[in-house]
Order: sequence, then C-alpha cells, then structure tokens
Amino acid sequence: MLDKIKQFASEFFVTGDPLILGAQVSIGLSMIAMIFVLSYFRKWGWLWREWLTSVDHKRIGIMYIICSIMMLFRGGVDALLMRLQLAMPNSQFLQAEHYNQIFTTHGVIMILFMAMPLMFGLFNIVVPLQIGARDVAYPFLNSLSFWMFFWGAMLFNVSFVIGGSPDAGWLSYPPLSELSHSPGVGQNFYIWGIQISGIGSLATGINFIVTILKMRAPGMKLMKMPMFTWSVFSSCIMIIFAFPILTVTLALLFLDRFLGAHFFTLDGGGNPMMYINLIWMWGHPEVYIVVIPAFGIFSEIVSTFSKKKLFGYKSMVFAMLIISLLSFFTWAHHFFTMGSGADVNAFFAISTMLIAIPTGAKVFNWLFTMFRGKIRFSTPMMWTIAFIPCFVIGGMTGVLLSVAPADFQFHNSYFLIAHFHQVLIGGVAFGYFAGLYYWWPKMFGFKLNEHLGKWAFWTWNIGFYVCFMPQYFLGLDGMTRRTYTYDFDMGWGPLNLVSTVGGFLMGVGFIFQVWQIAHSIKFREPDVTGDPWDGRTLEWSIPSPAPIYNFAVLPEVNEADAWWEQKQKQSLSAKQPAKIVYEPIHMPKNSSIPFLMSALWFFAGFGFVFNWMWLTIPALIGVAITMIARSFSYDTDYYIPADEVKRTEAALKGAKV
Amino acid sequence: MKKRTLVQAMLPFMMVAIIILLAGCSNQAMVLDPKGPVGAEQRDLIVISSILCAIILVPVLVLTAWIVWRYRDKEGNKASYKPNWSHSTSLEIVWWAVPIIIIVALAVITIRYTYALEPSKPLKSNKPPVTIQVTSLDWKWLFTYPEQGIATVNYLQIPEDTPIKFELTSDAPMNSFWIPQLGGQIYTMSGMAMTLYLQADEIGHYFGTGANFSGAHFADMTFDVNATSQKDFEAFIAKTKKVPTKLTMESYEALAKPGKSGVQYFSSVPDGLFQKIVTKYTNGQSIHSGHVSSESVKETSKPQSTDKTAPMNHNDHSQMKMTK
Repeated sequence: MLDKIKQFASEFFVTGDPLILGAQVSIGLSMIAMIFVLSYFRKWGWLWREWLTSVDHKRIGIMYIICSIMMLFRGGVDALLMRLQLAMPNSQFLQAEHYNQIFTTHGVIMILFMAMPLMFGLFNIVVPLQIGARDVAYPFLNSLSFWMFFWGAMLFNVSFVIGGSPDAGWLSYPPLSELSHSPGVGQNFYIWGIQISGIGSLATGINFIVTILKMRAPGMKLMKMPMFTWSVFSSCIMIIFAFPILTVTLALLFLDRFLGAHFFTLDGGGNPMMYINLIWMWGHPEVYIVVIPAFGIFSEIVSTFSKKKLFGYKSMVFAMLIISLLSFFTWAHHFFTMGSGADVNAFFAISTMLIAIPTGAKVFNWLFTMFRGKIRFSTPMMWTIAFIPCFVIGGMTGVLLSVAPADFQFHNSYFLIAHFHQVLIGGVAFGYFAGLYYWWPKMFGFKLNEHLGKWAFWTWNIGFYVCFMPQYFLGLDGMTRRTYTYDFDMGWGPLNLVSTVGGFLMGVGFIFQVWQIAHSIKFREPDVTGDPWDGRTLEWSIPSPAPIYNFAVLPEVNEADAWWEQKQKQSLSAKQPAKIVYEPIHMPKNSSIPFLMSALWFFAGFGFVFNWMWLTIPALIGVAITMIARSFSYDTDYYIPADEVKRTEAALKGAKV
Repeated sequence: MKKRTLVQAMLPFMMVAIIILLAGCSNQAMVLDPKGPVGAEQRDLIVISSILCAIILVPVLVLTAWIVWRYRDKEGNKASYKPNWSHSTSLEIVWWAVPIIIIVALAVITIRYTYALEPSKPLKSNKPPVTIQVTSLDWKWLFTYPEQGIATVNYLQIPEDTPIKFELTSDAPMNSFWIPQLGGQIYTMSGMAMTLYLQADEIGHYFGTGANFSGAHFADMTFDVNATSQKDFEAFIAKTKKVPTKLTMESYEALAKPGKSGVQYFSSVPDGLFQKIVTKYTNGQSIHSGHVSSESVKETSKPQSTDKTAPMNHNDHSQMKMTK
C-alpha cells in the first residue's frame, strides 16, 4: 500500500529537479502566506463579495491584469532560464527534456496567458468607459469569461509541478503531440488548459462586439468611436472567427489521444497536415488579435500626448479592418517549406506582404499626428515613441520572411525568433505597457511613478535590442530555434552571450516596473481631476477610479474626441451647465456561478488530463447544475436609487477640491 | 541629472554589445556566404528584398526622430502647433501609394523567384544529378545512395559541381533538412516524399542540421556535409562498399528506434527501403487522400531501377506541377 502511494506520488508530482523542487517549495510557502494573510486580516468575505463574484467590468479588468502580470513573471523566468542555458556552448544547465518543456510553456504562457488577458483587462476597463456605457453587454458572461481564462491558465500552470509540462512546442504539431510520441500527461494539460481558457476568449469576443454595437452613448456613430474601441472591435471580429477553429482543432487532438481516433495520425487515414493548417488558421490571426488593440492604444496616446486630433481617422479604421481580413489569408506562410508548390507559396507570400501596406499607412498617420503637435514625454508616450522604430524594423523583417524563396533560409531559424519577438514585444508588450500606464489612474485613482517608469523604460528598451538584434545574425548563421545546446566550434557563443545579457536587462526592466507599482501604491498621490493626462475621450470625463455605475448621466457625443470637445466648449462659454437630474441606474447583480462553474471545469479538465473519470464525470455534472441554476435565477439585477447616485456623485465631487 | 547617470551605467554594456555585434557581422554568416547556386540566389533575393524594405525603413526612422525632436513640448520651441489639423488627402495618398509600389515590386520579384527556386525543379547542369535519399529518424539522419547502394548516418558526402537530387521523407515526427550554405531547407514528413535540388560549387565541409523540432534530442540532429571532387566521391563510395556493416530491414528497424547516433556507414541497403518507409504510412489512407503520398512517390520512383515496390500512380496534375 505504502509503495503504491509512493509510486503514485512520484508519477503525480514532478520530482528530481532542484529547480522544480525550489518552485514547489516556494509555491507551497506563498500559498500558506496568502491563506494566512487573508485569514489574519479577515479578508475572505471581502475577497469573495467584492472580487470573486463581481460582475463589474472594471474589477474583472483589474483581475485580468493582475493575472497577466503574474504570468509575465512566469513566462519571463522561463525565458531567462532558456537564455542562461544558451549563453554558453555545450552548457549543462538544463537537460534537453526540461528545456523543451520550458520553451513550450514560455510560448503558450506569453501568448495565451499573458498577452491575451492583459488585452482583455484593458478591453474591460476601457471600452465601456470610452463608449459611455455602464457595463458590457453581458456582465455575467464577462465574469464567466474571466474565470474560464483563470482556471484554464491554472490548469496549464500546475503541469509544471504535477504530472509534467507539455514539451512539443507551443503549437504542438502532431505526430509529436500524439500519444505515440508524447505519452505523458503534459499534452493533456496543454489541450485542456488552452481549451478551457479559449472558451472564455471566444465569449469575450462576442461580448465586446455586442457591447460596441449596442451600448454606445447617444450620438456616438460608428465613425465617431474612439480608435481604441475600433481596434477592440476589429480584434473581436478576428476572435469570433479564429477561436472556434482552435477549439475544434484541440478537440480533435484530444479525441486522437483519448479515444484513439486518427484525425491527425497517418495510420488510420488521418493527416498531420490538417492539424498544421487548422492551428495556423487560428494562430496567425491570433497574433493580429493581440497586436491590433495595441494599435488602438498607440492611437489614443499619440493623440493625447501630442495635444492634437488623430491624423487620418478614416484611413486608420479602414487599415485596421483590412488587416483583420487579410490576417485570415496568411496562414500557409508558416509552411512555405512543406512542399505546397510554387502556386500556393506565391499566393500566400503576396497575401502576407499586403499587410505591410495598411500597417505602413498607420505608422505614417501616427507620425503625422505628432507632426505639428506638442509632444509631452510622459511614460505612456515614451513607450509609444519607442514602439515605432521597433515595430517598423520588426515589420520589415516580417516582409523579408514573407518572401517565400528567402523564407527557405529563414524558416525555423533564430532570424524568425528575432522577428516575432520584435513585433510581439515591440508591438504588443510595449503597447500594453503604454496602455497600462495610461489608464492606470482611471483604474486606481493615482498615477504610477514617472521616474521609476523611465528607468523601466530604458532598461526594457536597451535590453530588448541587446537581446534580439544578435538573434537575427544567429539565424543567418544557421542556428535553429528550439535547439537546447550547440557546439563550441559553431561560433555562436559570443552572440548568444550578448543576447542573454539583453534578456536579463529586460528582466531588470520588469523588476523596475514591479518596484514602480509598489512605490506608487505606497506613496500614492490621488488624482482628483479624473483627467490627469488632459485626455480626449469619454473615460476621462468621470472621476477616477470610476464609480460602479460609470456615468451618473449618460453623455451625448458629437465627435470622436468627445471629452476634448466638451472641454473646449466649457472653456469658451462661461455659463454653468444645466442642473443635472439623476435617475435610478439599472445594474447587474454579482454572481458566484461563473467562479464555481469555471472551477468545476478545472476539475473536469484535471480529470481528463489524468484519465480519472471519477473526477471528470461529477465535475461535468456540476457544470451542468450551475448552468441550470443560472437559468432559473431571476434575481439578477437591481436599481441604484437616484438619491444614492446623487450622494455618490456629490461625495466624488467633494473629493475634487 | 538622473537620466545621465542611467546612460553612463548603460555605456559599458552597449559598448560590449556593439563590439561583439560588429564582430558577428564581420564573420560572414552562413546564409550570406553561400557555396552553391541555390544558396547564392537566395542570398541575392535576401539582399534585394532588404534593399527594397530599406527604401521605406530608413526614411521612416529619420522622419520619426525628426518629428519627435521638432515637435517636443518645450518652452521656446517655435514649431507650429495645429491641434485640429487631422486630414490631408494628398499626404494620405502618398503614404498608401509608396508601400503599395514597394510591395508590388517585391511581389513581382517574389513570384519570379518562387517559380525559379521551386525546390523540386532540377538544376541546370551538364552533369546528371546524383540522387540521395534522406530519412529523418528519432534523432538522427539516414542518407541512402540508391544508385551506389550505400547508406550513411549523420554524414553526407557529395561530389562538387554536381546537382544533388535529395528525396526526403521521415520515419519519425516531421523535421526539416537544412544545409544553410547550399540552400534553403525543406520539411521531411512521414508518408510523403519531397524533392530538393542543391549543389555545392566548392570543395569543403558544410554544416547541416535538422531545423524543425522533433522531440527530445532534436538538437543532436546535425550532420557534416563533405563536398569533394568526383574522384574522392567515388573513392568514398568504394570505401563504404567495403565496410562490413550492411543495412538490412532488421538493422533499419533497430536504427529507427528513438536514440542518438554517431556517424555510421553501411555497405548495402535493402531494395526499395526508401519507398517502403514512405509507403508504410499510406496504408489505410490511400483511398481517402492518396495524392499526398502518391504524387511524390511517383516522382521519386522514376529514376530508380531498384524500385519495384512503390505504387505507380498516374497523376497528371502532379506531374505538371513538378515540371513547371
């Protein structure tokens, strides 16, 4: 009996690696610490009522952002471990298997559990405020989306201490990801972690499309929406077309592994190529899904900090929509070298290059927004300015990669690694950092420390170039991606060492950011204006942090820069605004069902991972029960009385000395 | 003042970085130092497309720096400020048109090169091509020389100035066969035979590698490509024919089991081994998606006298594609 338990434990927990043991111990200790702190300060009820069951889009947004910063830490540690291993030739720091797990989890986490939630966090916080709405269209679904993401991410993350991480690459091509070549549970974690959170992403996409189409303030025609809202809209359109493909693909892979189906195995009539086609039909739009909202953020920031209207609004919208469309015609450029033939390669080479045209036009529009403006160098603007050269260079190397016959030399090499990190860090990460700095006061009511922010900015930026520029040369010198070691006589050592130094410099940048947040919380200076950057869009017209109902009175809109316009008018006419009449506000009630249902999905997924039907079946029954419970709950909303709105507003105005 | 100390602190890092980067550039990177016609054309294409991109890139970088400097919000900056100037049709036409022109130029070049460098297109040469069959295994490369009847593992010897017709497949998760100095890579996939023509113009040792991740010991799938004179190549064949180890179906099965391997030589190869490897995955799928395997197998099976096992399918479409 004892032997059995021991054997089970040795398979269940990942053992034998000092790094992982250290992680296990620190995870255990920090969990104990968390439980202790929450109990000591009696915050369990507060946590449950105010956060875990909240359907308020602003709270959900904040929870997304917290999770994504945690995941940035984890993905970043993965990256630094890889860079340490590659710093020297013939390094013995990591074993091959461990290295393979690390690059797989690094890719999955950074794209799906870092970039996506950071993006959703900003969607949640900003979009309803920008369009003058009181919440998203489906607040309950919004909460469910968040918790599906959260529990999916947790399921994926536990793989590294329990059972073992996936190690077949972030897109898990079969046959490597099939049972025959990856018999462990790692791939099951991959499938279910992504599947559960992917359902949340799809729901978010639907939610925000409806929100943007149906919840805009009176007068806000589509062509008067702020650019960030437009970018969210085009990103969500891509989500609703791309994510179902991912869901189906992973479901088929699961059937292969679980039921012995043969969708992607050659024996039995399947075809691995089908998986590769499907996964990239999702995967390539996915990178545009995460980068388009960054374009929206840059547009807002460039305009605000140049004190000038956004240049070329209409062509910006058009460019974004055309990118959304073109992104679905590029997937085959991921396998130019798989023998598709010249016809197919030529078609996809050109459809890929075409994306450079609208993207280029957007860059010029940003530049000409600054042209004849007054540029202030606050941290959000600094990230935006740094983004332009970084993204333009990364975009150009992307065009080089799209030249099909040249891609035969770039494919799978470090040139490719350098390219996509340049567009994803220079575009997405820089963009979301800029957005985070920009909207931080709206979330929490105080600004982040600018001085530490500039330190973070410079270390990140210098680190970035030191890390990734050498990788272009390594790629041209024949170094392939995912290789865990190389011989001394390849001559790749020095450049890899430089790259590692750059990676750690970015790590220092992250530490500065954490320090910046901690410092700003401790020495916070409340923003009493609600409009610390002299903003242009509606979110700056209300106090920060925004009250639960956002707008006491729904605003009327005539222009894209609605708040700017209002400010101009107010300064022109000295007369007092008419007396405001408050009305009761209709609000959704909190619900514990999203949290519980997603937690049950976690257990169902965990059961599938280990093939424990005794866990999966009850958990799935539980999911069904929560759904039924929700469909029978009629007490889902309430009204905030006009008096209370009036009192809250008076208090908020009182705070505005 | 504080900003200056930051820059000072960064200086040593940046100096070291720049020096090493420059050192890296001065050693020719493999891809930019090709030793064969395919690699040379790819290098030319990389250079041409880089120049085309630079036509946009450099002005944009200069313009960015200038605008940011010129319009900074600083006391005494006399640059004009027009807060509502947000549209100019003529300017927008310019910056939509310029990228369109560049992309059209690049597209024309890309199409030309895509057809010219189609990997299954034979290279122009007065010498007949030498066929080498490549099989990626877990985690090693098997090279068989069907005309010479020998095989090697993780070592490739080829005659210089002669087109080499590589026929590639996989008996493991897919990989990618890449010899950077000779030309671009191509995937090796089970149940499918691909063709790639390469040629070495000079005698020398070239680095070959597997480029697509295929599992645990993927990093060990590198091989030496030794381009020699025709005479030395023939000597290598004769010498290999005398080694005592023969590749039989049994020893192949053992070799195909997951594991690393050093260099190995075999003096003989079972009849139609390569075709057997390709077709072993096609049982059960030939009815549904036969073209995946059969078109390529047909292509590869043509020049071989030893091939009696491969199915001879008639697929005119694929024939057209291959000869384009």
